[in-house]
Amino acid sequence: MAKGAVLTGRHFMMGNIACAEGALAAGCRFAAGYPITPATEVAERLAERLPTVGGTFLQMEDEIASIAAVVGASWGGMKAMTATSGPGISLMLENIGFALGTETPCVIVNVMRGGPTTGIPAVELQGDVIQPRRGSHGDYQIIALAPSSVQETFDYTVEAFNLAERYRTPVFVLTDAFLGHMREELIVPEATQIPIVDRRLFPPDKDVEMLPAFLDEDVAPMPVFGRGHKAHVTSSCHDAYGRRNVIDAKALDLFIRKLNDKIEKHRDEIVRVASDAEGAEIVLVSYGSVFRCAQAAVEAGRADGLPLGSFKLGTLWPFPDREIAALAERARYLIVLENNLGQIFHYVQAAAAGRAHVSFLRPRVLGELHEIEDILKAVREVRP
Amino acid sequence: MSVAAYEHPLAKYIRPSAKTTANCPGCGNGILTQSILRAIGELGLTLDDFIFVSGIGCAAWIPSPSFFADVLHTTHGRPIAFGIGIKAALPGKRVMVISGDGDLTAIGGNHLIHAARRNIAMTVFCVNNGIYGMTGGQVAPTTPLGLTTVTTPFGNVENPFDICELVKGAGASFVARWTTYHPRQIVRTAKKAIQKKGFAFVEVLSQCPVEFGRKTGMGTAVQMLEWYKKQSVTATRAKDMSPEELRDKIVVGELVDIEKPELMETLAAMQARAMAAAGP
Repeated sequence: MAKGAVLTGRHFMMGNIACAEGALAAGCRFAAGYPITPATEVAERLAERLPTVGGTFLQMEDEIASIAAVVGASWGGMKAMTATSGPGISLMLENIGFALGTETPCVIVNVMRGGPTTGIPAVELQGDVIQPRRGSHGDYQIIALAPSSVQETFDYTVEAFNLAERYRTPVFVLTDAFLGHMREELIVPEATQIPIVDRRLFPPDKDVEMLPAFLDEDVAPMPVFGRGHKAHVTSSCHDAYGRRNVIDAKALDLFIRKLNDKIEKHRDEIVRVASDAEGAEIVLVSYGSVFRCAQAAVEAGRADGLPLGSFKLGTLWPFPDREIAALAERARYLIVLENNLGQIFHYVQAAAAGRAHVSFLRPRVLGELHEIEDILKAVREVRP
Repeated sequence: MSVAAYEHPLAKYIRPSAKTTANCPGCGNGILTQSILRAIGELGLTLDDFIFVSGIGCAAWIPSPSFFADVLHTTHGRPIAFGIGIKAALPGKRVMVISGDGDLTAIGGNHLIHAARRNIAMTVFCVNNGIYGMTGGQVAPTTPLGLTTVTTPFGNVENPFDICELVKGAGASFVARWTTYHPRQIVRTAKKAIQKKGFAFVEVLSQCPVEFGRKTGMGTAVQMLEWYKKQSVTATRAKDMSPEELRDKIVVGELVDIEKPELMETLAAMQARAMAAAGP
């Protein structure tokens, strides 16, 4: 059995296992989940590893209870997460909204599978990329990261916890069946080399009648339970002290706006993209596992003399709209690649706003990674 | 001493900014609120020893926002599931869930039975008013057969739950039932439930004069309390009564009080084994 929370060293590891290891390295000590293909290995690894480092894994009666227990544990002061796939996220969405509204740090991993509905469990799609943004009801901002390798699955899971703690908000990690079950090299640094962020805590000996604990664009300190802060935590419309107010539209305006602005104000610190598009006339925009195809196509295309570049979206939400706009100033053609019928494509198109020609390459077979030849064919045909 | 110098003995438990109540005149929630707070005081505990969790519905307003303590007011039906995470993170604190029959047995029924099965140390008060009060008097899984409500205008055609039997069957180590006619008995039972090392469930039948009494013809708060008095039979007496004699009766008292392994303890033991197996 593995020892210690951080498995420093060089590994050949499955994506889902790397996700669990990233969580442990980030300081996660509570996880709750419900079995679902293709995410189950994350829970299995956490069930095996968490107790050895003083943590707890609970298999709950369903996904609704899983995310509820995660939010409860986070208010109890623990870094907490759950991992599931599309149908599980659909069940969790109400309580993910609760986590947003109560400013609860937590991490939700979606190992995306073939949907809609029960679909095909073990086939990968990127069909749930808009879901985190708009799935729970009402108006809100969310953070979602999309790793494209086993290494990034580890790194982004650490980063997801750091962002969750920094901004007191739920953070999604969107991987997929391909990435989750793929085995690759993983290098885990020394524990001291992994940057860890912990939530800002409410001052000791103070209670929430004295100081604000919610609705601050610069993130209010969290009145974690069990420390005498007498926190009143409600997801109903409330003020900065947590006092419920459901009769005043002005209070609602503040409630929605402050939560929104908390993410929007800091979007530059959150958004990450990777550009390999210097001087490229045609740029492949992609994320997650499909980025690997884009990367291979760029290499092959350049060898063939094509003026090709790649632009990877590491963050899907907040959407890298300014970065896409800047890219569209430089490149003439953007081709969006994703393993669905066009979800992020529309956001890229909107962000480019006519500065560049944006097209979408439909996957030939949904659930299979793009063939390099198909991508290069689209590249050759994009110019009039 | 002037009258102004007197303070309600339970006022110290109330959040200073909580100036109003969402409960209607005649609601049974006040009786249970006082009974719970008296039990905590009589045990020599403070509200800082607890984390209170509630769901959605009138009963959820008992701890939220009134109790000057850590309170998590959750989504509909889920307080127990949230409470399990809190307990796992803070095993040294007492987690108390106060919510209604709709919240705990309809939308949240799955969490209730699984928490009882796990026998996690948690006190759950279920305020059973037999109706969805907050939304205006719709039929609940606890509404008596035949009763007319706004969503059963021709009479309720479904059987109600016996919640205590349900929780007992699921494996809780402490189960009790009283009505708001029994405030002193509730205090006594609450003290036991709070101290129980295991899942402790207390059902309190509570009058809703506005949405239940008025709409079903059961009458005012006083009439409903008198009905509770008339219909209540202690568990000890009920043992010697026939099913025919017990028809429409409310069996009150402590129905289950057993010792069995508790989840936080079995979890801690498993964790110790796992840590030993992993080595230093």
